Amino acid sequence: MKHKVTVTLNGRQREDEVEPRLLLVHYIRDVAGLTGTHVGCDTSQCGACTVHLDGRAIKSCTMFAVQADGREVRTIEDMAAANGTLHPIQQAFWDEHGLQCGYCTPGFIMAAAYLLEQNPTPTEDEIRKGLEGNLCRCTGYVNIVKAVQAASRTMSGAAQAADPSAATVAGE
Amino acid sequence: MAITTMVGARIHRREDPRLVRGHGRYADDFLRPHTAYMAVVRSPHAHARVRSIDVAEAARAPGVVAVLLAADFKKVLSGTMPVAPAFVPEKKQAPDRFPIADGEVCFQGEPVAVVIGESRYQAADAADLVQVDWEPLPVVMDILQAIEPSSPTAHAGATDNIGWDLTFSPDAEAAFAEADVVVKERILQQRLAPTPMEPRGVLAEWHDADQAMTVWMSSQNPHFIRLFIGGAMGIPENRFRVVSPDVGGGFGSKISPYPEDYLVPAASRLLGRPVKWIETRTENLQNATHGRGQVFDVEIAGNRDGKLLGLKITQYLDLGAYVGTFGAFQACACLLPGAYVWKQVASRTIGVLTNKVPTDPYRGAGRPEATHLVERMVDLFAQEIGRDPADVRRTNFITEFPHSSPFGLVYDSGNYHGSLTKALEIAGYESFRREQEEARQRGRYLGVGISTWIEICGFGPSAGTAPATGGLALTESAHVRVFPTGSVNVFVGTHSHGQGHDTTFAQIVADELGVPYDSVEIRHGDTAEGPAFGYGTYGSRSLAVGGMAVLKASHKVRDKATKIAAHLFEAAEEDVAFDQGHFYVKGSPENRKAFGEVAFAAYGAGLPESIELGLEAVAYFDPPNFVWPFGAHVCMVEVDPETGGVRLLKYVAVDDCGNVINPMIVEGQIHGGVVQGIAQALFEEVVYADDGTLRTGTLLDYSVPTASEIPTMTLDRTVTPSPTNELGVKGIGEAGTIAASGAVINAICDALAPFGIKHVDMPASPDRLWKQIQEAKA
Repeated sequence: MKHKVTVTLNGRQREDEVEPRLLLVHYIRDVAGLTGTHVGCDTSQCGACTVHLDGRAIKSCTMFAVQADGREVRTIEDMAAANGTLHPIQQAFWDEHGLQCGYCTPGFIMAAAYLLEQNPTPTEDEIRKGLEGNLCRCTGYVNIVKAVQAASRTMSGAAQAADPSAATVAGE
Repeated sequence: MAITTMVGARIHRREDPRLVRGHGRYADDFLRPHTAYMAVVRSPHAHARVRSIDVAEAARAPGVVAVLLAADFKKVLSGTMPVAPAFVPEKKQAPDRFPIADGEVCFQGEPVAVVIGESRYQAADAADLVQVDWEPLPVVMDILQAIEPSSPTAHAGATDNIGWDLTFSPDAEAAFAEADVVVKERILQQRLAPTPMEPRGVLAEWHDADQAMTVWMSSQNPHFIRLFIGGAMGIPENRFRVVSPDVGGGFGSKISPYPEDYLVPAASRLLGRPVKWIETRTENLQNATHGRGQVFDVEIAGNRDGKLLGLKITQYLDLGAYVGTFGAFQACACLLPGAYVWKQVASRTIGVLTNKVPTDPYRGAGRPEATHLVERMVDLFAQEIGRDPADVRRTNFITEFPHSSPFGLVYDSGNYHGSLTKALEIAGYESFRREQEEARQRGRYLGVGISTWIEICGFGPSAGTAPATGGLALTESAHVRVFPTGSVNVFVGTHSHGQGHDTTFAQIVADELGVPYDSVEIRHGDTAEGPAFGYGTYGSRSLAVGGMAVLKASHKVRDKATKIAAHLFEAAEEDVAFDQGHFYVKGSPENRKAFGEVAFAAYGAGLPESIELGLEAVAYFDPPNFVWPFGAHVCMVEVDPETGGVRLLKYVAVDDCGNVINPMIVEGQIHGGVVQGIAQALFEEVVYADDGTLRTGTLLDYSVPTASEIPTMTLDRTVTPSPTNELGVKGIGEAGTIAASGAVINAICDALAPFGIKHVDMPASPDRLWKQIQEAKA
């Protein structure tokens, strides 16, 4: 028996009939056709399927699509601006060579985005701990950590520039 | 600063913008209309006879299209899966393997049936309904027990479990006879799971009207797959296309053909519709080839003055239930001498069949094992004679190149003192020794380990590799195609799955043709394009062999462009100069023609009869020798004797891969390689129960390290160009993995020396170390 779900996926609301056991990641990939979210393990260890659900990073292989009913899902495809400009975290992964085969990358970017939202200026240790839910087999994490550090600088710099009180302090 | 030379520049990867947006194209991202999904019914037993298979219930399940058994597949698949004869002439037995078991299964996970369903969920559901009547048979899991005459056999009816038994060079007696000191050790290499983040996957579509097959899959080696699978199906290469654009990591586990690589195309042909199979992680850990899985008995001989004389090795190699297609590349004798001068080295390799998934190359493939053992033995020898391990290395380094090894191989170039000196300096070796001494006074156990690794890579040359691969030499191909308006396509036979070839190769072509980097497009992973054959990516070969094919094809294009330019200038060819993308007649550089103008002329009217139209070239590069990268890694650790826990304090890697095309990519390769080596040293191990059940079947049990377990590392390099190729390059993809386990374990052994512990096996997990410390204390 199929269930109707209404999901706001990357800002657009859609309605679908889905089997109750359909995993959210398969809904995103096979029903909505967004293949940037990957499956790497089936048991919630690798984090390749990380997306945002109502603003929180979650592993979409460990949730059913019906659990996303009435909620907002954001995937890697929504991170760059409409005009194509990369999100600062995407840009930082590119600049710092934070990816090789690229398979884990969307999950890392989504996890890093949530991490930086919770803690805009994490220490190296906080970044490493904060990304424990994602596995990468290519980079040895060295440049992933650098990328998150670089994104943190860019994003907190941008935030300061947008904050008039911060600008005053900087001007003094 | 304007970049006038692309080679050597830290160019950001052109692969990345689409990958960071989620626009990669991995196997499961391809869709074909009317696709059916395959699920595989696998053996739960490590060894069993199949009495019967009842498919009735599965066939009735919702959405099931077909249930197929070995007999069905035999209608469209012939022969057995390939086993490269490799350098193992004394092959005793390589059991025949059909992609799906027929009567007997020999490891847990071996396919016995497949279910094809309308959806992946329906196929998986129905696979559970296939009823197999099993008759369990005795299993053999331990390689040392497997070689006993009384052992059960991995295959019913076999006389023993010996896959091969080969002695490379039998005699080291003279060296041992004159030695002051002989040290013996048994060194284990645990089985590892390569674990690329993207599991395997295959989508196949049989085009009945054209009698042609297209396969989209996750492969490091599409041309070989086409050769093997097309051959088994009787479909010629011109009607069999393998497409493998983005691959989410391989590490050696996506080189050889797998059962599903045959079964999916065969099912598509049988059913007349596209069929897709995507591996689960458990299937990957259970069925993708494992690496390592070896036991070494080693003896080292030398004099008290630090001079090494002889080495004797017997390698027992766990083949698994079948001999892996390239499994013999793990018989690592050729690298055993390492960076040192020896009087004699004797080596014997014994390949042993067990009831486990086959082993095959995993990042390094034989070279990490060889390096680990020689680096361990040099440390044990140094400890025995009371000398600093760095000094013993310096005393015995090869210093003159080219150097002929005891196995008749020729090391092309090296500067072993240079990399060691630099690494020790960066690591602060001398001051660490003092710190270590002080720490010991306070009951803290610090240790430092050195690994002065070398590597043989860049496979070809044809003369060396054709006998090892059944006749097809491991050379490499490239096709450079210049369009009339000057943009360039380069088709390569190598495969990029993280190595950044699209960037590196474009740097080479841009320099060679003098065209803008952005006008060069590299294409790989589609056998319908480019040269007739490509050889894939493994064994750190892509740049030294494939990069050279790219360079060679670019040379041909440039030579032809020079002829055309000479015609346009009405000058003699030898009077035409080419500099940074422009042709001119020597002496008048102001009157010049851009490469693009010449390209346009190549497709125009008025060329003389001696010049054929067009501007493109195919080249195959057959290297005259292997290339031999090297380096020195230094690791510093602290071991907590109360818990057995290891803390990595510092990791320094000084590597030399000859000339560097893109330093950023080279560093990335080293980072990832080192971490896989550290992971072997400290964390990872494939574990089977005695009955053959895999215990590490998820990423919860198989411990791939996370970011928080890994230290940051310091990299540096020396540059000793290879004389083997015009680019002066060597390989770097496996270097880190080859070097790292030895450095880490040497550091742990150094830390535990006060307990009298001399050797520690891998993974050096807290429980293993804690037990060893307790035993040493008792």
